[in-house]
Amino acid sequence: MAKPIKKILNDPRRAVHEMLDGLVLASDGRTRRLPGVDAIVKAEIPEGKVALLIGGGSGHEPLFHGFIGENMGDGAACGQFFAAPAPHIVYEAAKAVHRGKGVLFLYGNYAGDNMNFDIGAEMLADEGIEVRTLRVTDDVAAAPPERMHDRRGIAGDLLMIRVAGAAAAHLGSLDEVERVAKKAMAGLRSMGVAVLAGSIPETGKLTFELADDEIEIGMGAHGEAGISRQKLGTADEITDQMMEKILADLPFRKGDEVALLINNLGATTMMEMLVVNRRIRQILADRGITVHRSDVGTWVTSQEMAGLSISLMRLDAELKHYLDMPSRSVGYSSLEAK
Amino acid sequence: MRVDEAGAALMLAAVARAVLDRVDDLTDADLAIGDGDHGIGMRRGFEAVEMVMEAPPPGIDGVFRAAGMAIMSNTGGAAGAVFGSVFTAGAAAFAMQEEITAEGFTAFLAAAEGAVQRRGGVAEGAKTMLDALAPAARAAAGADDLQAATAAAAKAALAGVEATKAMIATTGKARSLGERSIGHPDPGAISMSIILGAMRDYVAG
Repeated sequence: MAKPIKKILNDPRRAVHEMLDGLVLASDGRTRRLPGVDAIVKAEIPEGKVALLIGGGSGHEPLFHGFIGENMGDGAACGQFFAAPAPHIVYEAAKAVHRGKGVLFLYGNYAGDNMNFDIGAEMLADEGIEVRTLRVTDDVAAAPPERMHDRRGIAGDLLMIRVAGAAAAHLGSLDEVERVAKKAMAGLRSMGVAVLAGSIPETGKLTFELADDEIEIGMGAHGEAGISRQKLGTADEITDQMMEKILADLPFRKGDEVALLINNLGATTMMEMLVVNRRIRQILADRGITVHRSDVGTWVTSQEMAGLSISLMRLDAELKHYLDMPSRSVGYSSLEAK
Repeated sequence: MRVDEAGAALMLAAVARAVLDRVDDLTDADLAIGDGDHGIGMRRGFEAVEMVMEAPPPGIDGVFRAAGMAIMSNTGGAAGAVFGSVFTAGAAAFAMQEEITAEGFTAFLAAAEGAVQRRGGVAEGAKTMLDALAPAARAAAGADDLQAATAAAAKAALAGVEATKAMIATTGKARSLGERSIGHPDPGAISMSIILGAMRDYVAG
């Protein structure tokens, strides 16, 4: 039996709870914790604002609960490690952020999240609160394009939260916010590569096994199988393989403008991501695809999992407008674009 | 054994203990084809059931509904929604009943099966807990008494767990494993068989 993974924790069973306490404190008063449930909401939400509720299992920090703030989510329903939040958490969080204009649920497409958020939405519907649901399905490795509903949500979550968050802060109707978010989702494609597994604090066990010299292209954030398990190659070889799949899937075409997001799954170095970024930019330039803005960093993780993912979102003038708005949260901040 | 309102709470407390005894097995089963959190999720849910059963609400249906709410609120993930629905939806079968009969138990399983199918959008053969629950519901139907009904259900659920080994997962986090999921039983099906096994043992006395 492998040794438990070293982590700096108290009782692992209280880790989510204590993490959320720390997260709220790190927001310097901009967020608050709901009493009695694992949910975090923005401290001030104006009346008449369309609400954006995000959420999912914990362990992927700073996703989701770290993305509550200006032009981002209004509230997050937080589950235990890698487990969807229970319906009453979704319900309480949605009630706390609702300001009379309805709530958009935005979360990754996983069976557990779908069921729990749906039950929460039914509870809210009983009280006359309008809810729309948009599931992030950006992982091209999870299923072929004709089975989009079987695709997982991965790092593209951040781009979606930024577009939907800014739209929800500036558009007065749930219909309009949903329309913009759906457009963003339609042009979003991602893929990851796993190098090492992460672990769940409470079990101390790795969530999957990879041999010392192996990587898996397309592996999901919880160790879901990808498209190819292979020997570790060079950064350029791996990037070429991922980009070919991502670009062909939408497909992205010459003349497209995109947002590029390179995400660290937890333990990969900035150096590796920047090496990959260099290759991605060569490929995009060769194809005549312009990068409107880049994000290279650590946003959608799986504990100490090593690996990275690449996301591209095709942009039009409206999506650029929302993506260029300044964001401010514990997990992601950006200045207004040039 | 006759299972009245008080007995129903004792039975579900026994179910909770049975699940809690097997948490490590559930973790290992889930590590093989999922992300390894099924055991700790079930522990959260059934620790809450054990606590609720110390002072359960009135009515056999009330007891089952309270167990379902405890599971749904504390387990999280797909397991919370699914196993919570088993008890909250199944509880209606016991409304106005003073004891759990073979008919009531069979109706409970049928209602639970329907709720899981609707909520999860899955059918049998997808390598889920439904592959233990659905055969159990069929096996219990027509039994002469509660002891026979629970015994038949538990036996069918265990056979259902075995059958999941040959199945390819088509839903949940194991879905992407495709053929790599063959040979491993479904962790949710194991949990369902533990629950029904504990009901059988309680009824048998």
